[in-house]
Amino acid sequence: MLLIRCPYCEEERPELEFRNAGEAHVARPADIAAISDEDFEAFFFIRSNPKGIIYERWRHIHGCARFFNAVRDTVSDKFVMTYKAGEPKPKKLPGVAK
Amino acid sequence: MADSFRISGAGRFSHAKTARFTFDDKPYSGIEGDTLASALLANGVHLVGRSFKYHRPRGILSAGAEEPNALVGIHRDAARKTPNVRATVQELYDGLTAVSQNRWPSLSFDVGAVNDVASPFFSAGFYYKTFMWPKAAWKSLYEPKIREAAGLGVSPDQPDPDHYSARFAHCEVLVLGGGAAGLAAALAAAESGVRVILVDEQAELGGALRFESAARIEGQDGWTWAQGIAARLKAMPNVRVLTRTTAFGYYAQNFVGLTERVTDHLSSPGMDQPRERLWQVRARRVVLATGAIERHMVFADNDRPGIMLASAARTYLNHYGVAVGRNVGVYTANDSAYAAALDLKKAGVNVAAIVDLRDNPSGDLIDQTRAAGIEIHGGRAVVSVGGKLRISSMTVQPRTGGKNQRTIPVDALLMSAGWTPSVHLFSQSRGKVAFNEQVKRFLPGTYAQDCISIGGCNGTDELSTCMDEAYAAGLKAAKDAGGKTAKAAKPKVEADEVWSRGMLGAAPGAEAGTTVKAFVDFQNDVTAKDIRQAVHEGMRSIEHVKRFTTNGMATDQGKTSNMHGLAIAADELSRAIPEVGLTTFRAPYTPVTFGSIVGHARGSLFDPTRRTAMHDWAERNGAAFEDVGQWKRAWYFPRAGEDMHAAVNRECVTVRKTAGLFDASTLGKIEVVGPDAAAFMELLYTNPWQKLDPGRCRYGLMLREDGFIYDDGVVGRLAADRFHVTTTTGGAARVMNHMEDYLQTEFPHLKVWLTSTSEQWAVIAVQGPKSRDIIAPLVEGIDISDAAMPHMSVREGKICGVPTRLFRMSFSGERGFEVNVPADYGETVWEALWAEGQKHGACAYGTEAMHILRAEKGYIIVGQDTDGTVTVNDAGIDWAIGRKKTDFVGIRGMKRPDLVAPGRKQLVGLKTKDPKVVLEEGAQIVADPNQPVPMTMIGHVTSSYWSENCGRSIALALVAGGRDRMGETLHVPMPDRTIEVEVTGTVFFDEKGEHLNG
Ligand SMILES: [Zn+2]
Repeated sequence: MLLIRCPYCEEERPELEFRNAGEAHVARPADIAAISDEDFEAFFFIRSNPKGIIYERWRHIHGCARFFNAVRDTVSDKFVMTYKAGEPKPKKLPGVAK
Repeated sequence: MADSFRISGAGRFSHAKTARFTFDDKPYSGIEGDTLASALLANGVHLVGRSFKYHRPRGILSAGAEEPNALVGIHRDAARKTPNVRATVQELYDGLTAVSQNRWPSLSFDVGAVNDVASPFFSAGFYYKTFMWPKAAWKSLYEPKIREAAGLGVSPDQPDPDHYSARFAHCEVLVLGGGAAGLAAALAAAESGVRVILVDEQAELGGALRFESAARIEGQDGWTWAQGIAARLKAMPNVRVLTRTTAFGYYAQNFVGLTERVTDHLSSPGMDQPRERLWQVRARRVVLATGAIERHMVFADNDRPGIMLASAARTYLNHYGVAVGRNVGVYTANDSAYAAALDLKKAGVNVAAIVDLRDNPSGDLIDQTRAAGIEIHGGRAVVSVGGKLRISSMTVQPRTGGKNQRTIPVDALLMSAGWTPSVHLFSQSRGKVAFNEQVKRFLPGTYAQDCISIGGCNGTDELSTCMDEAYAAGLKAAKDAGGKTAKAAKPKVEADEVWSRGMLGAAPGAEAGTTVKAFVDFQNDVTAKDIRQAVHEGMRSIEHVKRFTTNGMATDQGKTSNMHGLAIAADELSRAIPEVGLTTFRAPYTPVTFGSIVGHARGSLFDPTRRTAMHDWAERNGAAFEDVGQWKRAWYFPRAGEDMHAAVNRECVTVRKTAGLFDASTLGKIEVVGPDAAAFMELLYTNPWQKLDPGRCRYGLMLREDGFIYDDGVVGRLAADRFHVTTTTGGAARVMNHMEDYLQTEFPHLKVWLTSTSEQWAVIAVQGPKSRDIIAPLVEGIDISDAAMPHMSVREGKICGVPTRLFRMSFSGERGFEVNVPADYGETVWEALWAEGQKHGACAYGTEAMHILRAEKGYIIVGQDTDGTVTVNDAGIDWAIGRKKTDFVGIRGMKRPDLVAPGRKQLVGLKTKDPKVVLEEGAQIVADPNQPVPMTMIGHVTSSYWSENCGRSIALALVAGGRDRMGETLHVPMPDRTIEVEVTGTVFFDEKGEHLNG
């Protein structure tokens, strides 16, 4: 069971308290009703599925109930860092060689 | 004859009490402290089981958790029958009942052994080849036969009466393995003051010191030293020592699963004790001190009872005081077997000969052995053995071949091909092992977690080196985890045992080209020849060889067989061992009971049961209940003499004629509050909300972003900034999550607060022409006339003196109200309404009648008439979309080309041509019943009932292009007949909707 740091509660809590909510930084277009089929496909269906670093949404559902973002390594399963919803994608990741 | 192989003065339990036990109904006696295996051996019993595939007689190979052969059933009573227990691990208790497995009619005469003769039929990959065709025969013939003949023990057929507990624990240093290395590491860490948990699978700490008679530490023999350290650790407040506990899984972030066997060794365990306890431990640092496992020699008929690992024979002698024979032979490629021979010789057992594959074995141990008068045959191999149910002789010849054979009578044969470091947990931690060419071992290489390997599992052979390494590792782990400097001194090793390496793969006589049965994997009956055959048939990676031959795939997970199998495959491929690769180790290290994993979460504790405030009333009034998710819902209320059908018919008719009371409390309820509440509702639902007046209600329809229907429910606007939202019963939690997700991440600028109120409101639906008359005497402060409170409105006031949110709404098509009251008052208000209802001849009705009444009106149930692929248009409820809206969740998804294409399945009504026939929900619909199979299915039935109000059956269905098929005849093929149906509209009763105000 992973330990996940909730950026709102500011502590590590067991994975049981959390629920994954898919890839992060996929913003819903402001003019969604007007976008093309291709743009909708890119927004709704296409996900990166990388081997390595992934940016994900998680919810501390059995805790503070907040949604937040996390950087995780899909190879090691390790959480690199977590940050609050709405904050930009971190440019530098701790402990990850680029 | 009883206990005749027990050697007086040997072993550590000489003064222990007698423990009586039976094996296959025959009574025996052992002593407390024995394992079942040591007690059987003390009675001269070697034959304990039959093998999985060939039903060959099998004995006891080991003295520990790696045992592949000696699997037995332990029966405490009719419900407590544990199959596949390793006799080498099961501690003896007075009254123990053990039975052998996988034999019929008896262990010494087994009919299934014909498989041994027919073995070409069962060679490698037989699962994949022999039984491929014909397909039908697999289900009816091959599989049942194989299941019957193969397999191990028999599962118990009664519920497990024991209970199992679970605990979480945290520590700075977790030491896995309580041998010399583990003890030293735990001591060093514990002296630093940090929290330490020390875990060992045995009843007592000491590990290999159980048998290593030559070890001396701190002026004591190794075992005595170990017991002293164990006692010291147990007395320390910062240390928890868990014996009889297996670390079975090593997961992410130093999370380790342990299973503690609490009562399996007790004669009559109390019910106040759990049988097992699951520990989930989070440690800052893990010290792996899991030791090494001895390998057997791979030669012809190496599975005969009486043939065992040298270290096992030594353990039975030095720890249990049991000689495994009176005239033993030794077959080795490794020094450690000499120590076993010497110990046995000293105890008065005759050692017939040591056969050593090495040409000129030399060193101290060999000199001592020679001096003790034991014959050593260097450069020779055991090429065959005599005896079937027990070894009677070994035939020896030069390892290079030739006819110079000699047969030596023996009653036991000890073997050692060397030691395999137990890197299982290291590998589970996702560490990468590296092959050490020099010692031909896989050793811990790259670490993935905060752990360290020490001692045998790290390939460290000498005890003194082990101790240094272990002590340093314990200190460092404690320091890294925040401990202070240790005070204790490092234990000093004065005498040592040193074992040089051994050999991997098949021994002479079992090499390529031979057809002998030289077993690599005893438990799955895999021979050296099988592995070679796998290579010949094209397997290249060890992962393929493993699956093709099933080598290492039995419950022992190849603890003794993996390295031999790998070496034979590598040899056959003419490639280096690391190129062929090592299979991945996976949890569990040894089998874990379901009980341990499940813990208390069984029966009524498996999942919470949710009951409404009116549950007890319904129960008292004879309701039958149905499970809806976690909820118990009143299904129908049968009266004396009524079956379900009669009760439901009466309820349906009564509601439309007078009135009915229905418990609607399970509906999800969400309070949407804030200055931007209406704006938020506009985004989450398809309907318009801004202009809905406070006090009015609207049917709300929710889509997912992909445009499919997600949920629905009536929403009341209580004030400009407050909505009372209802959801489906099953959708409550996910709708709340869906709303929170959008509010927190996509629309965080909106000032809205969401609160789940599902459990706070009890809801009593009063439906029917008399509904207003029923509530009228109880309602205070609300004008409930049609003029003041029309259909689809909501008012706040009081009922029976308690606050209420009173909805005028209908899910039956009749005039109706839904009375929301705080849940604590639910039953009282229900009772009051019930008393009023009685005056008008109203009934209580359940979910079945509710379903029928709404279907008569064509009201959909999301999740029954929709399935996640149904659009608003498919469901025929386009009117629920706010046409002027420019945004809501799903607004773009619903316009995707496939969702607006013609020919989609649309919701329609179906009437069977024979009104008495009720369709089956889920039944498929075809246009032409005479077309060949497989037919083109154009839709399916989503709801179907007998409608007493309509005097006929009614159904809803999703049918391709359904709305253009009105009046068309379609067909529903069933196993016994084909049913003709007519496509109709979805409203079967009161098409004009006059009853809403009736
Ligand atoms: Zn939190």
